[in-house]
Amino acid sequence: MGQSESHDPNLYYVPHGSRWPIVASLALFTTMLGAALSLNHSAGGGVLLVLGVLALVGMLFGWFGDVIRESIHGFYNRQVDISFRMGMIWFIFSEVMFFAAFFGALFYARMFSVPWLGGDGDGVLTHEYLWQGYSAAWPTNGPLKVGGAFETIGAWGLPFLNTLLLLSSGVTVTIAHHALRAGARGRLLVYLGATVLLGAAFLYFQATEYYYAYHELGLTLGSGIYGSTFFMLTGFHGLHVTLGTVMLIVIWARCAKGHFSRDQHFGFEAVAWYWHFVDVVWLGLFLFVYIL
Amino acid sequence: MAHDASAHRDEHGHDHKPHGFVNRWLYATNHKDIGTMYLVMALVMFFVGGLMAMVIRGELMYPGLQLVEPEFFNQMTTMHALVMIFGAVMPAFVGLANWMVPMMIGAPDMALPRMNNWSFWIMPFAFTVLLLPLALKVFFGIGAGGPAGGWTLYPPLSLQGGDSVAFTIFAVHMMGISSIMGAINIIATILNMRAPGMDLLKMPVFVWAWLITAFLLIAVMPVLAGAVTMLLTDKFFGTTFFSASGGGDPVMFQHIFWFFGHPEVYIMILPAFGVVSEIIPTFARKPLFGYKAMVYAIASIAFLSFIVWAHHMFTVGIPLGGELFFMYATMLIAVPTGIKVFNWVFTMWRGSMTFETPMLFALGFVIMFTIGGFSGLMLAIVPADFQYHDTYFVVAHFHYVLVTGAVFSIMAATYYWLPKWSGRMYNETLGKWHFWLSTVFVNLLFFPQHFLGLAGMPRRIPDYNVAFADWNLVSSIGGFGFGLSQLIFAYIVWDCVRNQSLAKAADRVWEGARGLEWTLPSPAPYHSFATPPVIEDRMLAHADVAH
Ligand code: HEM
Ligand SMILES: [Cu+2]
Repeated sequence: MGQSESHDPNLYYVPHGSRWPIVASLALFTTMLGAALSLNHSAGGGVLLVLGVLALVGMLFGWFGDVIRESIHGFYNRQVDISFRMGMIWFIFSEVMFFAAFFGALFYARMFSVPWLGGDGDGVLTHEYLWQGYSAAWPTNGPLKVGGAFETIGAWGLPFLNTLLLLSSGVTVTIAHHALRAGARGRLLVYLGATVLLGAAFLYFQATEYYYAYHELGLTLGSGIYGSTFFMLTGFHGLHVTLGTVMLIVIWARCAKGHFSRDQHFGFEAVAWYWHFVDVVWLGLFLFVYIL
Repeated sequence: MAHDASAHRDEHGHDHKPHGFVNRWLYATNHKDIGTMYLVMALVMFFVGGLMAMVIRGELMYPGLQLVEPEFFNQMTTMHALVMIFGAVMPAFVGLANWMVPMMIGAPDMALPRMNNWSFWIMPFAFTVLLLPLALKVFFGIGAGGPAGGWTLYPPLSLQGGDSVAFTIFAVHMMGISSIMGAINIIATILNMRAPGMDLLKMPVFVWAWLITAFLLIAVMPVLAGAVTMLLTDKFFGTTFFSASGGGDPVMFQHIFWFFGHPEVYIMILPAFGVVSEIIPTFARKPLFGYKAMVYAIASIAFLSFIVWAHHMFTVGIPLGGELFFMYATMLIAVPTGIKVFNWVFTMWRGSMTFETPMLFALGFVIMFTIGGFSGLMLAIVPADFQYHDTYFVVAHFHYVLVTGAVFSIMAATYYWLPKWSGRMYNETLGKWHFWLSTVFVNLLFFPQHFLGLAGMPRRIPDYNVAFADWNLVSSIGGFGFGLSQLIFAYIVWDCVRNQSLAKAADRVWEGARGLEWTLPSPAPYHSFATPPVIEDRMLAHADVAH
């Protein structure tokens, strides 16, 4: 075995050893330890956290760099390509389930815990003896008015603008994909660049909205269950948009360097899938967090 | 790294083991090496968790407080469960999957070998983070020790745990990342790396079980991550997901946790079903009875596991409709589970049976797992559960399914495949001693806990009414005996790997064994298959079913 060419389609491909997995584990360890220590106000926690995150970023560049080099050298066969695709699809599925937990919390609060606190159904006695005078409503920060009075962000201002931005970014990334397949490099760069800009604009407006919420509306992460679900859902989504935008920038740079061929460009497709996923999550947010 | 020349050399030289410790183990890409690391880690954690169990049984041997402080006792029950579930049982099954799945489907390795290595190496670090607060307290007297609110991490109690809370949560995040990547790898391997001719419905049941388990993992580990993230923000960043004062609800945590938690218990038992479905046909010298039914049963158990979670919360105050739905849905699981048990029994019916150690453990599994299944059915009855909940009856239930179920199947799998891994036969006499001592002591350990629970002894307490004294003494004696018996296991494995004078194992280690793994030499070559093997149906255990 191992005598013939590794990119022979009839041969299994097995990559050689790599230092990145152990580097990645150490980096993750440093990050998590640093985070735990700094939350406990222990000395050195912050430093570890920063070092860990930097190491993680460096690791990603190193690891993906290796993969890209190997791919360009043609080591990967069709089977490897399919494994990568499956990996990305199932990774996105796991992300969907992560968001599902927070959507679940939102639905549970709105359909069960808040009405119960207001005396609905099985909550009659709780209401009578613990939280008398609380009437269920949404938005709410609970019977103790945790975080003080607040107002919410209307759906049809910035959030609607952001919906339009993200939806159009889904279109531009698709046009870019078609351009790549047609070999139209110029069009590819323009539309991919437009996607990056739309993502960045989304993030800018999201940040503006947060600023406004904190400084004008009194709406914070600590504004009871409304603030908790609002900021955790939109915050994790924003984090994913940030990640997606960075990925798009990397892909743009790779396209500019002439990477990817008309029929082999899994890196591009993976990022596009991720971007569509972020898009779909936003539609859920827009509907359930802002409109309803 | 990977400048062209070296990359090329490696590319072509992958039949040779990498040289040196760092290259072989830290930069590992080989499914067998990574599988070995998982299994070794699981064994170490099995003894770490076991030591905690000994502390628990030591304290409970007599009524009153004698050995440890109540706070420390609670840390022991919490850490024992976390270590055994996430550190011993799950990694052991992932280790078995790593070793066996590529060999069973005719693949060279896992689909994503480097990510495989990352999945493994996160784990020792995750357990460093998890165990750090406890270790600091025990060995250096620093801090207040580990988490003590129970492995289920229910708020508000779990949030009152001081410095250990953040460590526990981040450790859980790390385990989750590792499990998700491991599961993605297993799915990609099974769906993408099967040799031509290995149709889905010709796959060994172990492979099927792992395919479905991996799906469960990807579906629920992120939900656990979400749940502990909410705990984190509730404690440190002022959110009120689990506090009624802000409109949240502590019970909401229980819903999210058990949406993960019940599939999680099936994550720990489906691979066990797979193992037993491999072993029983081999030693009964008959094909598995009802192969397709076995596969469909696993799939339906997996589906049902998503809609039964609130049977852990019957007494918490959920609406009557909810109680009824979750009661009936839970009982429904007994149907596919029963199908499996009957099919194992029918496989043995009129077989020409022999009772080597793997078979003994598999038979022990069938009988004692079924006892655990029956107590599960009792617990599923809402009015009955009002009495049983949070008593030792629950403890007895989940230890029958997890120790005599999952752990016994891991032992069975180890004895079954160890000769294939090491190339030598293990010491059969000692193996039989290990089985019989384990079986006697484990029943001494857990069966009396049914009586204790029915009589009303609550779980997770260091002291108890003198009325419970006798059975607790019996249980503790069983516990120490079971713990000590496991040293035999560690010795047998060590001996089989190191002792050159043991008999050489044949390629087909067990005469009744069918499947691709037995067509490879013992010990199996470093890379199982370099090219897709030509599969003939006679090599497979389930080739005839698909036609
Ligand atoms: C026929 C199948 C089963 C049924 C009907 C069943 C039912 C139940 C019920 C109703 C409870 C909650 C008891 C209570 O807290 O009051 C429970 C607890 C538990 N079960 Fe099962 N079960 C089954 C199989 C399993 C299996 C296969 C496993 C694991 C391999 C398992 C592991 C557990 C664990 C760990 C707990 C306790 C969790 C805790 O509170 O810490 N069960 N089971
Ligand atoms: Cu359950």
